[in-house]
Amino acid sequence: MTAVLQILFDALSLGSIYALGALGIAAIFGVMRLVNFAHGDFIAFCVFAMLWPSIDAAAIVFAGRLPFYLLIPLLLFIGAALSMLSEVVVFRRFRNANPATMMIASFALGFVIRHLLLMLYSSRPKSITLWPNLGLPVEFLGAHIPMLQVVTIIITLAVLAVLVLFLKRTRFGLEMRAAADNFTMARMLGVRANGVILLAFAISGMLAAAIGLILATNSGTADIGMGANVMLIAFIATVIGGLGSVPGAVAAGFLIGAASVVFQATLPHDARVFRDAFVYGAVIVVLLARPQGLFAPKSAKQRV
Amino acid sequence: MSSGGLELVAHEVSVQFEGLKALSEVTLAVPRGRITGLIGPNGAGKTTLINVLTGFQSAGTGSVALEGQAVNGIAAHKLRRMGVARTFQSGRLFRDLPVIDNLEVTGVGLGQRRRDAIAEAQRVMAWLGISHLAGMIAGALPYTDERRVAIGRAIMCTPRYLLLDEPAAGMSEHESHDLAVIIRRIAAELGIGVLLIEHNIGLVLELCERIFVLDSGEIIEVGSPTQIRNSDAVRHAYMGTQQDELLPVEEAVAS
Repeated sequence: MTAVLQILFDALSLGSIYALGALGIAAIFGVMRLVNFAHGDFIAFCVFAMLWPSIDAAAIVFAGRLPFYLLIPLLLFIGAALSMLSEVVVFRRFRNANPATMMIASFALGFVIRHLLLMLYSSRPKSITLWPNLGLPVEFLGAHIPMLQVVTIIITLAVLAVLVLFLKRTRFGLEMRAAADNFTMARMLGVRANGVILLAFAISGMLAAAIGLILATNSGTADIGMGANVMLIAFIATVIGGLGSVPGAVAAGFLIGAASVVFQATLPHDARVFRDAFVYGAVIVVLLARPQGLFAPKSAKQRV
Repeated sequence: MSSGGLELVAHEVSVQFEGLKALSEVTLAVPRGRITGLIGPNGAGKTTLINVLTGFQSAGTGSVALEGQAVNGIAAHKLRRMGVARTFQSGRLFRDLPVIDNLEVTGVGLGQRRRDAIAEAQRVMAWLGISHLAGMIAGALPYTDERRVAIGRAIMCTPRYLLLDEPAAGMSEHESHDLAVIIRRIAAELGIGVLLIEHNIGLVLELCERIFVLDSGEIIEVGSPTQIRNSDAVRHAYMGTQQDELLPVEEAVAS
């Protein structure tokens, strides 16, 4: 029973991170058909923003020393600002370009951010201690669950709830949903295209910052490549979920998280190092069975 | 044709696509509160003309005037705010959104506050008798309901002019009769100037006071339904014969 509970919490917390990542990708893809491959570098940038630029191994914590009620809004702001800046400086110029062109531009942007961080902080991973208390376990029905897992899950659920309310209840949300469904049409009806796209980037950037905070707290290190793995899984989740479907991306994020944890727990010991091969194998099986993804939206279907 | 009256007017509009003349010197007026028809064979340039009148396509030469005010080159969404609305041949609803959201977002796009947009959407749906569809996902609607929602979206905030691009395409006789009732009410009750583009000539002859006939980018005939019914030029255009040729029917009779 406790083992099952432990697996459940592992799955939910890992799935949470993937879901937040997938949400960040899907938010932008929805309104402008761009898969932002710089998203992982946004995550790393937000983590490094807490450190003072230096090439020493021992990081000089800067903003990271702020109390949480200042640090969290500050990082969300940094994430949103970086993301919106990249839209204004880079992606706006490719508004009418081929999706492949935009994708390559996002790769290039990722390189620029990564090498900026390399210049400022060197490639050495740095230790960073945020809220060590979150590492302590809490007892829940006999299982010892790290506090951070509980916090991660609660934050993710809260973010999802707020986002759903935002999309359903506000006029910006309505405009975003319409733009995600049929951007040209929305624009012709007077929906403010640039505003909606900027908003999607802001949301995506804040999600990147949230992931950065969770990863940094969890691992205690700041590493330039730390966002890459999340970005990869998040991208896969948006594909499996059905490109363009936001709930699909979230569901698939949780699904991949769960699959990873379950494989980790159930595979024979010698096969565990190949866990990711099994996860990606499952991804391939899903895509063979449903090439359009699990929850493809109606708007993505070709009309006859 | 008066230029300062309550009309939406295209004056000697020409449009070329890569050297191909889509419209040449087309002049057409849509008066407020009346139903005007636009017919013509496939590829005659009907949709291009609608695109020009609603700002989706700029006129190469010539001008478009909205009640005396030149509106050349004004973007589609701004023209919509000024009161020129349209529907599309293929509905073009937001397919993942509920019907009410489809209408609401139009209100928001027109600058309404969310609450006002909701109220306006409910009013329009009640007026059209489609309130029961409010919560349905637009992509799941049957064809005729989809058309009615598209019309609902176009009459949000009561525009001054409404251009309907083949609203009856694919409808049964009964369904297009219901549509005719709605179009009449739009002109009579809301005072909207309607331009009806249709292949269903029967519907156009039944509804319109004045009909323009477009063929190969040129207006070849203008007149009342009776005049259009008796026009040789129109019959030749539809049969694909030349003016000086006898129509196949007449040939058959003559021989």
